[in-house]
Amino acid sequence: MVELKAEPQKLTAYLSGEIDHHRAKELREQIDLAVREQLPPVVVLDFRRVTFMDSSGIGLIMGRARLMEEYGGVLEIHNPSPQIRKVLRISGADRLAVLRNTKQTGSGKEQEHEYAQ
Amino acid sequence: MNTLNELKCTFPARSENESFARTMVCAFAAQLDPTVEDLADLRTAVSEAVTNSIVHAYRGRDDGVIAVTVRLLPNSVIYIRIADKGCGIADIEQAMTPLYSSAPAEERAGLGFTVMQSFTDSLTVRSRVGSGTTVVMRKRMRHEAGQTGD
Repeated sequence: MVELKAEPQKLTAYLSGEIDHHRAKELREQIDLAVREQLPPVVVLDFRRVTFMDSSGIGLIMGRARLMEEYGGVLEIHNPSPQIRKVLRISGADRLAVLRNTKQTGSGKEQEHEYAQ
Repeated sequence: MNTLNELKCTFPARSENESFARTMVCAFAAQLDPTVEDLADLRTAVSEAVTNSIVHAYRGRDDGVIAVTVRLLPNSVIYIRIADKGCGIADIEQAMTPLYSSAPAEERAGLGFTVMQSFTDSLTVRSRVGSGTTVVMRKRMRHEAGQTGD
């Protein structure tokens, strides 16, 4: 479902599978529990293992962006697939969070670049 | 319109069927050998329509039924009809406004109809308060070979 990795300044939520209305509530509860406990300056939602997302995922992102705003944290969205990027673009949610591609490349070097907006 | 192939299915309006519904429609459309992008668009649009019926039409009820009809039409057009007998929409124009949601507390983004519109070629919504809502979408699927079928 979701694998959470806590670092001193950052909380990363590795999401997986399909994100729809059926699954969004449980994801939201798990992520928020960790965020409220830790209040990390940066929260990363990593989509590398997400195979599908509809607008329920946008609700999830918008809700987390609001939560981060409450205490001045930054939300980042990492490694969305082309399908997910398309949903993000339509919703404008790509303006609520920093989008990054951080997946390992063939050279084994960690790549990080922001998508052109 | 000449229907080349057809699928009809009804299922209870339960959230665990959202995944089933979009997968079923895409399995039917796969006979066209569509592009990965078009199939992903179709999957997303169907997911939005079915979720609307579950979240809004049958809110608080567990005896709702959703009826899906998928047709293959000439020129590689997929026709999808998703109908419920739920509460209906009083103001369709308002419901279709981007970011409007009647269920903001549930963290609905209010983008269901916007996604359906963006990811298909045509969208028609018919609704009557108290008797239900029917959404019809059409999408011409491009072939994996790069050509739109004829």
